[in-house]
Amino acid sequence: MFKKRSTWAIPYVIFMALFVVLPLLLIAFYAFTDGTGHFTVKNLMNFFTDGKFLNSFFVSLEVALENTLICLAIGYPVAMILASKDLNKSAVTALLFILPMWINALMRTMATAEIFNAFGIQLGKGTLLFGMAYDYLPFMIYPIYNILNKMDASYAEAAADLGAKPATVFLKVTLPLSMPGIISGVMMVFMPTVSTFAISEILTNNTIQLFGSVIQEQFYNMMWNQGAALALVMLIIIGLTTVFSSGKEDETQGGLI
Amino acid sequence: MKVDPKDIIIDIQHISKAFGDKVVLDDINLYIKKGEFLTLLGPSGCGKTTMLRMIAGFLGADSGVILLDGKDISPMPPHERPLNTVFQKYALFPHLDVYDNVAFGLKLKKTPKEEIDQRVKKVLKLVSMSDYEDRDVNSLSGGQQQRIAIARALVNQPKVLLLDEPLAALDLKMRKDMQIELKEMHEKLGITFVYVTHDQEEALTLSDTIVVMNEGKIQQIGTPMDIYNEPVNSFVADFIGESNIVNGTMICDRKVEFIGHEFDCVDEGFGENVPVDVVVRPEDIYIMNNLDAAQFTGTVQTCIFKGVHYEMTVITKEGYEVMIQDYNCFEVGSEVGMLIKPADIQVMKKERICNTFEGEMLSDSRIWMLDAEFDCEPQEGLSKGDMVKVEVPFGKIDLRDNLDEGSTDGSVSFILYKGNHYHLTVITPEGHHIYVDTNDVWDKNDIVGIHIDPADMKITKISE
Repeated sequence: MFKKRSTWAIPYVIFMALFVVLPLLLIAFYAFTDGTGHFTVKNLMNFFTDGKFLNSFFVSLEVALENTLICLAIGYPVAMILASKDLNKSAVTALLFILPMWINALMRTMATAEIFNAFGIQLGKGTLLFGMAYDYLPFMIYPIYNILNKMDASYAEAAADLGAKPATVFLKVTLPLSMPGIISGVMMVFMPTVSTFAISEILTNNTIQLFGSVIQEQFYNMMWNQGAALALVMLIIIGLTTVFSSGKEDETQGGLI
Repeated sequence: MKVDPKDIIIDIQHISKAFGDKVVLDDINLYIKKGEFLTLLGPSGCGKTTMLRMIAGFLGADSGVILLDGKDISPMPPHERPLNTVFQKYALFPHLDVYDNVAFGLKLKKTPKEEIDQRVKKVLKLVSMSDYEDRDVNSLSGGQQQRIAIARALVNQPKVLLLDEPLAALDLKMRKDMQIELKEMHEKLGITFVYVTHDQEEALTLSDTIVVMNEGKIQQIGTPMDIYNEPVNSFVADFIGESNIVNGTMICDRKVEFIGHEFDCVDEGFGENVPVDVVVRPEDIYIMNNLDAAQFTGTVQTCIFKGVHYEMTVITKEGYEVMIQDYNCFEVGSEVGMLIKPADIQVMKKERICNTFEGEMLSDSRIWMLDAEFDCEPQEGLSKGDMVKVEVPFGKIDLRDNLDEGSTDGSVSFILYKGNHYHLTVITPEGHHIYVDTNDVWDKNDIVGIHIDPADMKITKISE
């Protein structure tokens, strides 16, 4: 029975059905029903009418966007330095950026908050963005580093040969060719930050409530149907960004891990 | 021959370059004339691509200067040099279409849009790619990508076009076609082409001038005819075309002895009884059944059909192996007679007739040379610390499979068959060259132990 290769997939199919498809269906089921199991769209409508939901949703988007931009602004130059054979001669530098990942994210975040407290810095949006950038920077660096590292040096040489100054070489050749890496990095930073909740609670002392926290709050308070509806909204948003960015991605140059 | 300085476009003076300990270019001197098709030819690692990258500006030299139209361009970055390069793997920008790839250089120079349009169309026509403007470069075949790469460089009207093994990735048929097209383009445009290749046939077909390089040094500069017919040393003779290279002795002017016979030749000025290298091309040996009219005779060992001709190896009565190309097939095992015309014998001065090493006496019977210790016979009148010259004949260097049996070791870097023995160049890890005559078969890059019998060393003191 193991002759056909497709039979090998059966365990994975079962796993995916039980732990991915079924939960998704459950979320959809809860989102469109009330406490008694009757169909309703009220839970979804609440998202658009309740100011608190919408507000935290937009705050989440804003924080995620800002965090992504910060990570990109820091991560791209770092990736360039790591990928450059002249500037980075040892593997240690790359390790330094990966090393913080070996520590549990929650512990890292709590430690960051404690450091801010120790210095008497008021927890708020600034500390939140700092903590998030610290947590998610490696996810931005790695795909960009990966694509820059694999990029044939002769592209940049060809551009210089045709008369491009170093800045022009970067803007016209290196940057466009590294787009797949940037898209991967943006996705890997934006998606988790938009749905994050623990980090924001710890680093803002719960003064800023992100959408993830609001969803968590619903479940804590046994409002399963409302929580599921909000989770569904988030799911759709994330799904849309994935579809949008993967459509643009060049399949031959993909830098996603 | 004196060249008018005005005709020289690129003048390379005393260029040297090392990567770490490895010297890749060793005091290169070369001028390139305006409008010529010059080829840098050599095996991989000979420094030809490094030289090209230096002209393009991607690499700096450790010493020496490169003059373009009499001006030193060494400090000039690549984007300011009026030269363009066709890269080995094309390096077309995958995010741009054919038109934008070709227009890249012109757009940077802020050329008016109409002029860009006109020039791009013209150059695409030149490379026969007119209908491909909007095509994605990844959808093109290797040959088409190569045309676009050439167009992208030519559209900028460079003073010199640099080509780095541009045809290496194409299949044989396509390569032949592109060779003809490149040659036509060169004649039509009048731009100076500097071409890098390891393919000797390509170099002979395309070039006005060939520069043969090996181990970072220029071996010979000349026209394809010069290089083929009058190679200056055994490396060039072996690298360009097929050849029989054997040891010989110049008896007197116009008389040379090799493979156990005396031949008339056309060379003069070597002196009397001077050891030389003799090159005879396989197509220049006449082979026949008539033994009486022959200069020397032998037995056919192999006979292989090569398309246009047959290639035969013949063992002469004196035991030398010679390669012969002829339109007729002579059966294996048959007795044949052979004849060589005086003009077809190329006599070359030997670069050296024995190994010469410098050493230092460690005691009266130990010597330090080649960065290792060797035993030698007790030397009278020499004491510890004396600097000496050690001469060892090629045939007296003993190569061993077992590295422990040698005083030092090295890798076989160049093998030359000399009719009845092999002449090897062995390079030690410290970069010393040792030349060895042997009947044993070694392969290139074999690591061998080097043993020298004390009795075979001729040691003389170097006087201060």
